[in-house]
Amino acid sequence: MIKYISNKFYNFLDGLSKGVTLLYQTLLYMFKPPIDVKNIIDQLFEIGARSFPVTALTSFSVGMVLALQSGSSAISVLNEPLYVGTIVAFSIVKELGPVLAAVVVTGRVGAAITAEIGTMKVTEQIDALRTLGTNPIKYLAVPRFISLVIMLPLLTAVSNVISILGGFIVGVYKLDIPSTIYWADTLDFMDIEDLFHGLIKSVCFAMIIALVSCHKGFECHGGAEGVGRATTSSVVTVLVLILVSDYFLSAILVAMGIG
Amino acid sequence: MIKVEDLHKTFAENYVLRGVNLEIRDGETITIIGGSGCGKTVLLKHIVGLLKPDKGKIYINSTEITSLTEHELGEYQKKFGYLFQGSALFDSLTAGENVAFGLHNMNFNEKLIKKKVSDCLGHVGLSGVEDIKPAELSGGMKKRVALARAIAYDPEYICYDEPTTGLDPIMADAINELIIHLQKTLKVTSIVVTHDLSSAYKISNRIAMLYDGKIITLGSPEEIKKTSNEYVKQFITGSINGPIKLKLKEF
Ligand SMILES: Nc1ncnc2c1ncn2[C@@H]1O[C@H](COP(=O)(O)OP(=O)(O)OP(=O)(O)O)[C@@H](O)[C@H]1O
Ligand SMILES: [Mg+2]
Repeated sequence: MIKYISNKFYNFLDGLSKGVTLLYQTLLYMFKPPIDVKNIIDQLFEIGARSFPVTALTSFSVGMVLALQSGSSAISVLNEPLYVGTIVAFSIVKELGPVLAAVVVTGRVGAAITAEIGTMKVTEQIDALRTLGTNPIKYLAVPRFISLVIMLPLLTAVSNVISILGGFIVGVYKLDIPSTIYWADTLDFMDIEDLFHGLIKSVCFAMIIALVSCHKGFECHGGAEGVGRATTSSVVTVLVLILVSDYFLSAILVAMGIG
Repeated sequence: MIKVEDLHKTFAENYVLRGVNLEIRDGETITIIGGSGCGKTVLLKHIVGLLKPDKGKIYINSTEITSLTEHELGEYQKKFGYLFQGSALFDSLTAGENVAFGLHNMNFNEKLIKKKVSDCLGHVGLSGVEDIKPAELSGGMKKRVALARAIAYDPEYICYDEPTTGLDPIMADAINELIIHLQKTLKVTSIVVTHDLSSAYKISNRIAMLYDGKIITLGSPEEIKKTSNEYVKQFITGSINGPIKLKLKEF
């Protein structure tokens, strides 16, 4: 038992140090010319534009259900759906927006990154890159890292708007809150710091997704089965890291007075 | 000149290389033969720096490459062409883009790249497959595209891991001629791994045999043919009877 835990702990530290190394190398190669613009644009499209529909759909539903739940709770406690707009807006902008967008992107993009890089690893394509004078980190990790760090906050920002819209529709048409009051509830208490709070977290989540999925791909071994294992482990690791780091990031940001 | 000194490599429990010593002269074609699974590919990968040894040194023109940083190693690897045993073509790119890949990194201009790509594919008998994805090629065709990719950017050293395996005898001989031609015209230093002895005799200046993790013989094709070493003799005559014992189940 103790051995099992110490093993897990060792693996965790080992993974952490490799993640930091990968971050360091990624940043190093990011600014080393030539910059592979075409590759980056492809990834921006793949990661951003292609993830938009799923993110939009999920965030719309979450906005709606959040308004419904907080409205009905408010009615049962206070006999009136008070502050529904405020509750929806704060939960979405500071918490659910960044986390949900990150979760959707992990499932869609993170898994694909690990599977793609992992397959390249087990079929020796990564070795082939090296012998052709291309650094695999520069060619594979850097464009994905850049695209995620740009696109995840953008997706989050857009999905925040869509969620709030979903909440608005339920609030106004189902809970019969006058639309002017709903907007006032939404906007009056919202500060720019609250927006930043969410977006900064989403940048951190993007880095977690990029580093873990690339790392799990590069470390992959053992044929098709190995790729499957690496992909599962990558998604699970990213999700756990996002949810756990979310608390600490929030605490730090609040302590710094951001949101 | 490439010099391998006392190279050791273990994978988990599997002690593969047990002190390989080998010196490869500039401009020569050296062939490494040996039983399946004896570590030929592993040795080749060490020479280009794709694997790190547990112990031992590899010098390329007096630079020791096992201790280089990632970036410095990258510069050395540009001097190498490497034909992978399993081809290792990039499956998201077309055959033509695969061959062009190394050329882009060596800063050739677009027009020259196009010409080089079609020349190299032509040399391996595959003119006109530029726009086909690797998944749609046969095994032997993949191998030849991979060969074209490895030689396209005129590397100083080329490692061929089983260049003729999976090819018909006539095509195999054409590849032999290509290897000889590259050596003659471009003074390429070649390291070939093959099980095809007639090809080995034809293209090699020297042949080395890897057995039990060590180089047990090194000599010209004539010397190898006349060898008195029992292990080498058994290997080149392809007999099951001799000092090399296979672990086979009775049938
Ligand atoms: N990445 C690896 N991880 C673990 N073991 C490996 C790895 N690569 C090779 N080996 C082991 O090293 C030994 C030598 O493998 P290698 O591929 O060099 O054989 P080979 O001489 O090229 O054989 P063949 O002629 O069949 O290609 C094998 O026993 C193999 O299992
Ligand atoms: Mg091999």
